[in-house]
This record gives sequence, C-alpha cells and structure tokens, in this order.
Amino acid sequence: MKKLLLIVSALLFSVAAVASGTIEGEIEKQPLNVSAIIMFIIFVSGTLGITYWAAKRTKTAKDFYTAGGGITGFQNGMAIAGDYMSAASFLGISGLVYLAGYDGLIYSIGFLVGWPVILFLISERLRNLGKYTFADVAAYRLKQAPIRTLAAFGSIATVILYLIAQMVGAGKLIQLLFGLPYEVAVVLVGILMILYVTFGGMLATTWVQIIKAILLLSGATFMAIAVMSHFGFSLEAMFAAAVEAHPKHQAIMAPGGLVSDPISAISLGIALMFGTAGLPHILMRFFTVSDAKEARKSVFYATGFIGYFYILTFIIGFGAIIMVLNNPEYLDLAKQAINGGSPILGGKNMAAIHLSHAVGGNFFLGFISAVAFATILAVVSGLTLAGASAISHDLYANVFNKGGEVDEAKEMRVSKYATIALGIIAIILGIAFEKQNIAFVVGLAFAIAASANFPVLFLSMFWSKLTTRGAVLGGSLGLATAVMLVILGPIVWVQIFGNETAIFPYKYPALFSVTVAFVGIWFFSITDNSENAKKERALFEAQDIRSQTGIGAEGASEH
Amino acid sequence: MTQEQIEQVKNNPKYQKLVTERSKFAWTLSIIMLVVYYAFIMIIAFDPSFLGTKMGDGVMTIGIPIGIVIIFIAFILAGIYVKRANGEFDQLTKEVREELGDIA
Repeated sequence: MKKLLLIVSALLFSVAAVASGTIEGEIEKQPLNVSAIIMFIIFVSGTLGITYWAAKRTKTAKDFYTAGGGITGFQNGMAIAGDYMSAASFLGISGLVYLAGYDGLIYSIGFLVGWPVILFLISERLRNLGKYTFADVAAYRLKQAPIRTLAAFGSIATVILYLIAQMVGAGKLIQLLFGLPYEVAVVLVGILMILYVTFGGMLATTWVQIIKAILLLSGATFMAIAVMSHFGFSLEAMFAAAVEAHPKHQAIMAPGGLVSDPISAISLGIALMFGTAGLPHILMRFFTVSDAKEARKSVFYATGFIGYFYILTFIIGFGAIIMVLNNPEYLDLAKQAINGGSPILGGKNMAAIHLSHAVGGNFFLGFISAVAFATILAVVSGLTLAGASAISHDLYANVFNKGGEVDEAKEMRVSKYATIALGIIAIILGIAFEKQNIAFVVGLAFAIAASANFPVLFLSMFWSKLTTRGAVLGGSLGLATAVMLVILGPIVWVQIFGNETAIFPYKYPALFSVTVAFVGIWFFSITDNSENAKKERALFEAQDIRSQTGIGAEGASEH
Repeated sequence: MTQEQIEQVKNNPKYQKLVTERSKFAWTLSIIMLVVYYAFIMIIAFDPSFLGTKMGDGVMTIGIPIGIVIIFIAFILAGIYVKRANGEFDQLTKEVREELGDIA
C-alpha cells in the first residue's frame, strides 16, 4: 500500500516533468505554469497521505461506505458542500454569469433551494432508516431485489453521466492549464480517484472533499474581495462597470434568454430541486454521521457554504466581465479571426480562471488552477464511491445474493473491483466524449435523479400505500420518460443529431418526467391488490416509527 | 416490532406530539421555501422584465437584491429548523424513547 502510493507520487512528479517538456513546443499558447503544478502536486501528495491514513482505519464495510458513521455534522456539511461545488458549478456558473449576467443567479438559486427542503423533509428520516445507500431506505419495507435493481440502475446512470461531464471538463481544463495532453489528464484523474476510493473509502473521500471545499472557498473569497476592493466595495460601482463593459449592457442585470418560456422555467426549477434530492453521492453522505441531529447540522452548514459560494461566483462572474472580457491578454485571437466578437481563451467556462490571473497574477492563477483540478478529483471520487456502493451493496449483496448472508469482506472486495471498473469506464468515456457536445449530460443526470430516484425514495418514506409494483413501474416510467425526452429534445435531437426541429420542444424534461413518475407510482400502487402489497402497506407503521424517532437506527461504530 | 408495540408507540402522547408538531413545522417551512422559489420562477417565466426594474439612477435592478435575499432565506429557514429540531424535538424524542423503555 505504502509502496504503491510512493510509486504513484513518483509517477505524478514525472508526469509534471513531462508536462514541462511538452509545453515548450507551443509556449506561445500556454506558458508553463510552475506554481500551478507545484500546488497541484502538494494537494495530491497531501491527499494521498490522507488516503494512506484512512486506509489503516478502513476495516469493515461500514468504514468503507460511511467512514464508520463517525463524521461530525460540521465536517459532513463541508463535505456535502464539497460534493456540490463541482468544477461545473464553479467554472460553469461563473462562466454563465460572465456570458449572461443575471441568468447565472437563476441557476444558483435553483441549485440552492433544494437544500432546506431536503433538511425539513428528508435528511433525518434518511439517517434513521438507511445504512449505506439510499436504496436501503427505498427498499426498507418493499421487495429488495426489484427496488434495489431500479435504485442501483438510477444511481449508476446518474454517476456515469456525471463522471463523463467531470472527466471531459478535467481533461480540457488540465490541457489548457498545465499543457498536458488530454488523454494523460483523463487517465491521471481516473487513477487518482481509484486510489482514493479503493484504499481510503468514504473516510479518505470525505477528507478530500473537506480540504477541497476549504481551498475552493478561500480562493473564491479572495477573488471576490479583490474584485470588490477594485470598486471600493460598492456593488453599484461594480455593476455599473460591468454594464458598460458587456456587449449586452443593461440586459445583464435582468433575466435573459436562458429561460425563455414558462414551461422551461418551471421544468428547470423542478429538475434542480428534486434532482439534488435524488443524487446518490449526496444522499450517501447522510449515512456518514452518527445520528439525526448531526444529519440536520450537516445540511445547515452545507446550505450556508453553498449559498455563500454562489454569491461569490456571482461576483466573480461580474468581475470577469470587467477585467477579462475586454482584456486583449485573454483574447482567443484565432477564434476571433473566424467568428468575430471577443471570445476568451478556452471558452466562457475559463472566465473565473482568467480572472484569477487578472487579480492575483501567475501565482494565484496557479492556485486556482490547482483548486479547480482538486475539485474535479474530489467530485469524481464521491461519485465513484456512490456508484461502487450501488454495485456492491445493492446489486451484489442484496440482489445477486438474494439477501442471504453476505461475507462482509467479500462485499468490500466487490466494491473495490467496482471502483476500479468505474474508474476505467470513466477514463474510456472521458476520452470517447472529448470532442462530443456534452451539454446535455449534467441535465440528463439531474433529470434521471429527479424522475427515478427521488419519487421512489420520497414516497417510500411518506406514502403508506406505496407498493413494490408501483415503485418499480412508476420509477422506470419516470426514468424512461426522462431519457426519451432528453433524446428528443433540442440539445440532442437538433444540436447533436442535426435534425431540423426538436420533437420535444423543451430543454428540461423534469416537469413531465417527474409527473409521469409520481402518477405512475400512484396508479400502479393503488391498483395493486396482491397479498404482497397488503404486507408492504402493513409494514409502513413500523418504518414510520423508526424514521420519526431513530429507534433501531444504525449508530456510529465504536472506534 | 410487533403490532402491540406499534400501538403502544402510537398511543404515547409524547410521540403523537412529536410527530404532529414536527411535521407541521417541517411542512410549513418547506411550503414557505417552495412558495418563495416558485414565485421567483413564475416572475422569470411570465414577467422577466419586472426583475430588470431599476432601483435608482444607477444600473442596480430589483432582481439582484431579490436573488440574494432568496439565498439568505434558504439559509435562515434551515437555521430555524435546525435550532428547534435539535433542541425541542430531540428532547421530545429522548423522552419518548425513555418512556417506551424496552422497545427503543
């Protein structure tokens, strides 16, 4: 174990050395960023050290899946925020603000408001009922095999889609920032993530998240303060400068074309809110704390950190409008020659990165680049752990094994193999999707989470009449509807398949697919008159008592 | 848990109080959050220019403070819930578990 980590660290140093070699050829495009590479190596060495420490403490399946249930509410809140503040939200939302101003805030708010509702209605019940995965809760009184299969399928689909987006983002980011070839970057991310998860399990993943969250919040805070200090900490002065600099002028201060019609607006709102409550890697975090009290605290802290972070990205986006948009240093001359306008190097999602250079020079650019990379690493680790748990705990231990006695050591081994397999799949898909339009990927992940995972989970806790048949049929219908509507929608059908008009006119299917799921679950449950259904309904009361009081709930392990 | 035990828990007055009050509180707060958020979404959907209304002579529009306030509301509501749940409701849960003795 120790040896392996040493080898990997050595490998990373040599990769960095190679990077400095390959960059020379095209130095006019991307100067070698020594500070970025050094800071990244420090982060990787530090987190591998943590993985080594965590590996010694990860002995049982409970340690592996939930860090022994001994994470505090504050730590878990940090880690949830770390999971949620992905590179997609840091670079994507600041890029969106940079491009369209106010529209970025609409997304941020949608991503945030799901959290309090998760706290009020879901978090403590989840903690009281669950063990390792959200399927534990959904399948609590229903038939294990079909429910877990559906939940695992929804989890794995969400995880893989999310992984594709992160891998492609990582590859491009590293290519641009460090000058590493795309494939090398993707492989590097894949290997590191496999190491964190297989050796350190949830404990290492949690600490990687916490460290990354602290780094990201400090970096973003510094950037926002730097921008604000430019304008004597007057928001009005900052907005005035941005309105003057942006080609859309005053229009950036109000909702623009991003959400153009009522259906899209509502549908996006549903996808963001219910999707958050159906993301397997987020739900899994509720099992890492000792009890309902800590679970509540986690969400409270997470909401605070995430809300604060979104306010920062808003300021960062506006800062970029002022300091990056018309700055010839960041202009992509080649692109400008073809399309005109003032495109920036690497596209709009690099706005925050360029801004870090504008406010803090090369050193700070290095810091933010390393943080962005660390962010991706942390998020893919959390995702992979969730995916691997769905495979080992839900599919292997409870479906293939038919709920019989499972050797814990064997289940953990399966989980580690699953991690390696997911890592390899992520690398392959990351490379395969390099030149593809992946704009639909995160949207689809949220749509599936909102339409398959969330309705089943929610009704299993709140509706006594839910039966296995209803959950499986309704959940599958929701899943199928979400996938189909995304394929027939404007992004895939028109932009990717090149058809003239979309068969389904809206970008976000959640309004329809979530409705289909809920109606489907309701209909197939109330018409279910089987003996089994009667039994399942009768079990609701005992489940409800446990979910309300925590009687019989999983506690923290003693060590 | 046997049917008899279930009845015993359900008939415990403190358990009833816990369940009713907590769900009333949780749903009220959820509805406040949903109403705030979907009101915002409806404005974007049906009257986006409202959020572009200028607040003074400068460039500041009414949409900016509204957006920021929604972020604060989310955080404050979370705080209100955690304060009551980790105090009053947890105390009540503890008492319920003590009263139930061997079931819990």
